[in-house]
Amino acid sequence: MTALTLSKALNEGLRKAMENDPKVLIMGEDVGRLGGVFRVTDGLQKDFGEDRVFDTPLAESGIVGTAIGLALRGYRPVCEIQFDGFVFPAFNQIVNQLAKMRYRSLGKLILPVVIRIPCGGGIGAVEHHSESPEALFAHTAGLRVVACGDPADAYAMIQQVITCDDPVIFFEPKRRYWDKMEVDLAGGLAAAGPLDRARTLASGTDVTVLCYGPMVRTCAEAAVAAAADGRSLDVIDLRSLAPLDTPAIFDSVRKTGRCVVVHEAPVTGGLGGEIAARVTQECFYYLQAPVLRVGGYSTPYPPSRIEEHYLPDLDRVLDAVDRSFAY
Amino acid sequence: MAVKAAGRAASRAHPKPPASPPLIQLLTPEGERTEHPDYPLEVSTDEIKALYRDLVLVRRMDFEAIALQRQGELGIWASLLGQEAAQVGSARALGPRDMAFPTYREHGVAWCRGLDPIKLLELFRGVSHGGWDPREHRLGLYTIVIGSQTLHATGYAMGIQRDGALGEDGEAVIVYFGDGATSQGDVNEAFIWASVTNAPVVFFCQNNQWAISEPLERQSRVPLYLRAQGFGFPGMQVDGNDVLGCLAVTKKAMRAAREGQGPTLIEAYTYRMGAHTTTDDPTRYRLSAELESWKLKDPVERVRQYLIRSALADEGFFAGINAEADEVGARIRASCIQMADPAPLSMFDNVFTEPTAQLEAERAQLAAYLDSFADEEDGR
Repeated sequence: MTALTLSKALNEGLRKAMENDPKVLIMGEDVGRLGGVFRVTDGLQKDFGEDRVFDTPLAESGIVGTAIGLALRGYRPVCEIQFDGFVFPAFNQIVNQLAKMRYRSLGKLILPVVIRIPCGGGIGAVEHHSESPEALFAHTAGLRVVACGDPADAYAMIQQVITCDDPVIFFEPKRRYWDKMEVDLAGGLAAAGPLDRARTLASGTDVTVLCYGPMVRTCAEAAVAAAADGRSLDVIDLRSLAPLDTPAIFDSVRKTGRCVVVHEAPVTGGLGGEIAARVTQECFYYLQAPVLRVGGYSTPYPPSRIEEHYLPDLDRVLDAVDRSFAY
Repeated sequence: MAVKAAGRAASRAHPKPPASPPLIQLLTPEGERTEHPDYPLEVSTDEIKALYRDLVLVRRMDFEAIALQRQGELGIWASLLGQEAAQVGSARALGPRDMAFPTYREHGVAWCRGLDPIKLLELFRGVSHGGWDPREHRLGLYTIVIGSQTLHATGYAMGIQRDGALGEDGEAVIVYFGDGATSQGDVNEAFIWASVTNAPVVFFCQNNQWAISEPLERQSRVPLYLRAQGFGFPGMQVDGNDVLGCLAVTKKAMRAAREGQGPTLIEAYTYRMGAHTTTDDPTRYRLSAELESWKLKDPVERVRQYLIRSALADEGFFAGINAEADEVGARIRASCIQMADPAPLSMFDNVFTEPTAQLEAERAQLAAYLDSFADEEDGR
């Protein structure tokens, strides 16, 4: 076991994927000599060469569009979008081309493209550097959408998505890049479980708390705090946002009768609403309270000096747990 | 007075572009063979006859498809009428291992790549979104969002570089797009990427003068081929209605790409003689005189004239081609009319490499719903 930051764990995962398959390429802005603005690709160009790890022009549509072409040629490109808000110039290529090309070909093509996106707020950044656009991609048929929550899982998941033959949008919680934990670099991927399965962070009986990405740590901490108040939270890291691991969600809610969904993204039109609808449909007679959502407001991401009031934190999660009990 | 002043202001704002060299042309509209110092073309009579056959058959296929749309058998059709030479000439310049990325109007390119035209009709009938294997005929799937495929082509070409597949016997890519597409960000990004990576890709722009109802003036103040200069690679303008000119220019550009000299922009100067698609009405935005003037430059007729005036083909040859065209037309018609709709539940196929539980549940849901009408139908 080695203590690694989430950034370094991703770096090690990428390294392993590149060692395992010579078709894996890394492309994006500043991913080469600089090693990425978050250092996720640090040292990879030096070790794997400029053909396999390369800096691109500053054009996100170009990054994804040429990655599609490389995939059609048999490569497995891993694209870095520097910040969440910068993905939108590539939105057309992702939604209209990447997501639909296999379908268009009646299954004759595979599009093994990974798009890594540092996401979420909490780093005191300027506009467009703190967004959580996952629902837009989860809404798009043909894309797998996943979010890693801690270093060990990040290390495994980045390797899993690179071996996946479907296009994957891979969200990395940027304010957790420097969180450290023990990672088993020697272990296989089996321990991580399948890519589209959720995992239980804390077992409990009173309330199901669903989270992913940057909220994984927040909700794990909420479970500890709630336990001190005598409440037992069943905290689940969804990991895969499309497809959702609904059996895991339903099992938990049938056990607890209460459900709180937590994400940084705006609640309106967010994944929490989708989950609430599905839980209501499948667990209706088990529910003691309506499914509650904790997330961003229906505002653009606010200036960073007040972002702490926008972002869900431990207290807002616990407040939702309290409200769930008030029914 | 005010109008005049505005006119002067407009002319100040739009300086004339630099004088252009004449169109590259190897066969005049009258069917006269000419030479160009930079584009010598050795082509046998049999090859010219084969090109003529392509042009006629492609035009017939297009004609048949328009008729099928009129009769309700196709949802829509994007006609290539007038652009046969640009497509056949450029596509016949490709080697078997070269890769072509089309728009949705490249029926002539598809023909030359050996794709059964019926696959195109499937798309326009609404039976599939394409569905052919791009690797089989080295032809990408039709791409409907304007300009997107230029980036796919460039990425594919970057893959060729990484595979070490350049050289005399190597591979290169050609990507098709129109004059309207040159305004798209993706096309400009593709130019930049191809330029800075020196990718083996030929950008083949069919300037057919109209982007639905918008004339070229809405897209550019300079001739399109001149744009290449600013991106750092060669660009040239060829008579897009001259199949030999298109063949020669494309051959040279593809060879340069294969040999590691990077991208080229070819502007094939042509004319969309028909409507944008069967839903369009060009009489609302352009004068019939324009069409009449382009009819004099018809891409098929000039080859026929050449063959006749050079006494290279007799009536039997033309009759044979026409008979073959009739057969192609009849076969397309019959295949189209007999084409079955896909099974409703097939809509759930191929979203991912393995179906998700969600998709399987939805498939079962629709199946059960459809089954619920079975009794009702039996009762009738």
